[in-house]
Amino acid sequence: MEAGTLSPSRELTPAERLRGWANRNPALAASAFLGVVVVVLVASKGLYDVAQVGLNGLSLGAVYALGAVGLTLVYAILRLVNFAHGDFLTFGAYMAYLVNVTWGLPLILGIFFAMATTALLGIFLERVMWGPMRTRGAGVLQLILMSIGLALVIRYVIQYIWSTDIRFLDVNVTDTVNFLGLRIGQTKLIVVVVGIVVLVAIGLMLRYTLLGKRMRALSDNLELAETAGIDTSRVILWTWIFAGGLAGLAGVMAAMTTDIRPELGFELLVIIFAAVVLGGIGDAFGALAAGLVLGVVIEWSTLVIDARWKTFVGFVILIIALVIRPQGIFGKSRAI
Amino acid sequence: MTELPFDPLFAVTFESLTSIGFWTSVGILAGTFTIFTLGLQMNVGYTGIINFGQAGFMAVGAYSMAILTTGGPDGDGLINFWLSLPLAVLITIAFGLLVGLPSLRLRADYFAIATIAAAEAVRLFALNARDLTGGNQGLIGFGDEWDSVSRTIEGWLQDLGWSDPETLFPLLIVVWITAAILTVALRFIQDTPWGRVLRAIREDEDAARALGKNPLSYKLQSLSIAGTTGAIAGFFLALNLNFVNPTEFEPIVTFTGMGILILGGLANYYGVAVGSLIFWTLFEGLRFIELPLEEQQVAALRFIIVGLALILLMAFRPQGLFGKREEMVLGE
Repeated sequence: MEAGTLSPSRELTPAERLRGWANRNPALAASAFLGVVVVVLVASKGLYDVAQVGLNGLSLGAVYALGAVGLTLVYAILRLVNFAHGDFLTFGAYMAYLVNVTWGLPLILGIFFAMATTALLGIFLERVMWGPMRTRGAGVLQLILMSIGLALVIRYVIQYIWSTDIRFLDVNVTDTVNFLGLRIGQTKLIVVVVGIVVLVAIGLMLRYTLLGKRMRALSDNLELAETAGIDTSRVILWTWIFAGGLAGLAGVMAAMTTDIRPELGFELLVIIFAAVVLGGIGDAFGALAAGLVLGVVIEWSTLVIDARWKTFVGFVILIIALVIRPQGIFGKSRAI
Repeated sequence: MTELPFDPLFAVTFESLTSIGFWTSVGILAGTFTIFTLGLQMNVGYTGIINFGQAGFMAVGAYSMAILTTGGPDGDGLINFWLSLPLAVLITIAFGLLVGLPSLRLRADYFAIATIAAAEAVRLFALNARDLTGGNQGLIGFGDEWDSVSRTIEGWLQDLGWSDPETLFPLLIVVWITAAILTVALRFIQDTPWGRVLRAIREDEDAARALGKNPLSYKLQSLSIAGTTGAIAGFFLALNLNFVNPTEFEPIVTFTGMGILILGGLANYYGVAVGSLIFWTLFEGLRFIELPLEEQQVAALRFIIVGLALILLMAFRPQGLFGKREEMVLGE
């Protein structure tokens, strides 16, 4: 910022001024850019289509956001890029399938069961893998490769038990709800509402509760937080409970709106990474907002190009984000 | 033979393990992945950059070769197969620079995410740009030139007294000659001043910069070499299968390469071939264990074992079989 106070030796061009402004107010710049996109889309495709498709995008966005919050929390607090996070989603989806279809119980029980078991999976893995590896001071490559090994184990154990058949939860896929002239499937609406309620709750928890403050302290500096008397192992445990529980929920939601396959989570993982990076790695609020926005933007892309390019669009957004702003839209420009 | 006192839980049919066909296919896969992983060794083992996009390089190389040779799914030939090979390598290097130039400035974990995303973007492009790549149908019909060479080699084998040589045996010979040349070449350049700078960057980037070396430039060169070996591995994969198809370039291919790299050992070029041979012998050999399971379950079981092996290797012997612990890049 020091350089900004020096008077420039020459007049800045408008483009340079714009870039400078965008760098100082990245969130505003991103919103402005998004606003322009919306205006152009509305002008060319009509308000109805943009709103209708955007609404559908919200259910996709809720899945991304729930997945991204857990992934980013684990990164922030444990410095672990968990490539197995996508398979946590898959695990949750199959747990809900077990309760909802195999045992024939109501879906709501399936959702709670999925969240509980995925959280338990997270705790179990922390105890047998991540905790011991942290004590040994394992490096980035070691941890990434371990998480990839774990991703393979989870995905293929699921495939071993449930085969590669495509499965569906017992949900209502025909009824739709109308409001303001827009139409949304009943199940999708539930996903959007539950997703946003849970995300707001998580946001408030992180901001205002003691646990949330401790989590943020750990993400700033684990050793320092420990020295300050915070029971770090307890906070780490809660981190896994949140990451696992939210991943389980996201998996069930993905299963409710699409289908269940062993690749379900891994295919979502790169876009969840995109939400994490756009929000600034380690920033839970950022991941949350970026996940929702990504869902909507990716769905909007189907207005312009064929729907089969949807995932590709998500990847391109991730790469562009990494190139022009690796610290994320909301991140401070620290060294990356 | 006496009756066993219990029902055997599984049995192994040894006939398949002694068949020349089995070992030829294992040998080609092992050779292809040796070439594939040599590039990862250069990046991860010697430069300290965690490249997770090697399957993307392989895809760009294989597809460039196939598209240039056939002219796309409806094309009737564009350029000669042999001419397409160096061009495909150049295209892959250009792609590597395009990915590396912005992303190599990032921290190791960001770079890993960026490269895996780039590789997946390539695969999805290949899946969706149907007019160019044939989509999920893939591309065929690029191998005529190679087939005539293959028949020539078969002729030589017959002259040597092998009356009915395996169809794929010539590919096996060529893939391993290529792998051997690349291994020795990379081992050689590691001892040049250039190679020593790479290791200096791996150990301490700031120190290398203080000595007037530009780390980004060296990292890009290292990535270009990985792109080259990825593309060459892609050629052999395509010739082996006789088609290119997006499913051959899923992230699991890069993960397999990483597994081979760790198995053979970091910072050891000769270990790559050993790791690759061990991996493919075990992985393909597991097919012949006859468990009372469905085919799909056996397929899943193989990947469960790979995953477990990767976890245990990273936990207890991260330097692999022949790696040096003191040369292990821990990333921080």
